Amino acid sequence: MTQLIRQGMNGRHSLKRMWRDHDLKDSYDVVIVGGGVHGLSTAYYLAKNHGITNVAVLEKRYIGGGNSGRNTTIIRSNYLTPEGVAFYDESVKLYENLSLDLDYNVLFSQRGHLTLAHTDSALRTMRWRAEVNQLQGVDSRVVYPDELAKLCPQLNLRDDVRYPILGALYHAPGGIVRHNPVVWGYARGADQRGAHIHQNTEVTGIETENGKVTAVQTTRGRIKTGMVVNQTAGFCTLISDMVGVRLPITSHQLQACVTEALKPFLDVVVVSGSLHSYISQADRGELVMGAEIDPYTSYSYDSTLSFLESLCQNILELFPFLARVKILRQWAGVCDMTPDFSPIMGFTPVEGFLVDVGWGTYGFKAGPVSGKRMAELIATQKTPDLIAPFRLSRFEEGKLVGEKGAASVGH
Amino acid sequence: MIIVTCPNCGARNVSEFRFGGELTQRPAPDQLTRAAWVDTLYMRTNVLGVQREWWYHDACGSWFIAERHTKTHKVLKTYFWEAEA
Repeated sequence: MTQLIRQGMNGRHSLKRMWRDHDLKDSYDVVIVGGGVHGLSTAYYLAKNHGITNVAVLEKRYIGGGNSGRNTTIIRSNYLTPEGVAFYDESVKLYENLSLDLDYNVLFSQRGHLTLAHTDSALRTMRWRAEVNQLQGVDSRVVYPDELAKLCPQLNLRDDVRYPILGALYHAPGGIVRHNPVVWGYARGADQRGAHIHQNTEVTGIETENGKVTAVQTTRGRIKTGMVVNQTAGFCTLISDMVGVRLPITSHQLQACVTEALKPFLDVVVVSGSLHSYISQADRGELVMGAEIDPYTSYSYDSTLSFLESLCQNILELFPFLARVKILRQWAGVCDMTPDFSPIMGFTPVEGFLVDVGWGTYGFKAGPVSGKRMAELIATQKTPDLIAPFRLSRFEEGKLVGEKGAASVGH
Repeated sequence: MIIVTCPNCGARNVSEFRFGGELTQRPAPDQLTRAAWVDTLYMRTNVLGVQREWWYHDACGSWFIAERHTKTHKVLKTYFWEAEA
């Protein structure tokens, strides 16, 4: 304590920098484009599980400044497709041990997750999801208003509203995490094991020869490499364009906001597909709220008043007593939407160019598992079974993974 | 606020419209291949900049083309679709 005060007074604190800056080397074995949770966790697991450390993570701005810092940090695995449930469940399990693994507290709070149903058809989907989840050993069940009143007494369960609540899917292991520690923890772990993290380094081109990747051009110079992994969010089609790989992806804005800090009163995550909104209370007391993607494609980070109006309207139907609470700030992220609401992971027609993209509104919760499995794919050059359903060629094969359990899908 | 000009009704708030996705080319009937269909059905250019795209006006029921910047959201031009020569 005295040390803390002394360091506070003289401005010389003992905290070490968590990762180092390096000069750009001439060549790397693996170049990861995108310094978010996906890219950094891939670098981390490449080093930790496979001993591959000659790795560069290129980030055009600062790490965790893209969608890793713009999401609403909800972690869950109660999806609808068996492929999705198995995949996201491994991510939840990795998150459960992440603080220990990284030796850095990511403040994962498994406080429970409610997905509300306001219509008979939504309730039917919840029962369907509960069955799929339970078959895969995921703690997930349908609860009705009597139990909901105990799980979340703050919720407006009256039936004289536009969309009365008929029930909910309750997912006890679901929760929230702090996004910055996740990014920083992975960055530190990757850095300690030898990976180079290059911030303010934008990729401007990718060179290929006979259908193989040979080098990456950046704003800081050229890097020779045989392996480039596109792990960007929002701008993934621009990177893929550099090697001529077409993707079934369109970019859309997803907006979110936080209120001023309130006393803790909400200890579950509440999501409503029909009302296109979700809300949780962060440890700091702020209510973190988000909605569905904006309908038109966009690369903009600007937020809109019309979003705020419609979100607040919906949240007030669930929690009318929040009417006088002030909004503190509002922001937007750019989400890469695929036609089937599942990501695209793995090989592309260009040798040495891998993708881990199309993360729509579900990228942050998949950060650890994507890193682990993409690292396995890079090290073994074989697609792990867990991520095989998400291959790019599924569109040509007609084997889409229709994930109607995604946040952006109304029921 | 985004203002979209319906070629039929004039300038209105974007909330009156629905977005129909970027303009795609259907493969010619004599060049139908699986790859061409996959491209038309799924693959998108996802332009950063001015994009030609479909919009629908709820009020009058017309589909039309808009040229819109995907970062600034400015709608530069709107017109009815005409078969390209």
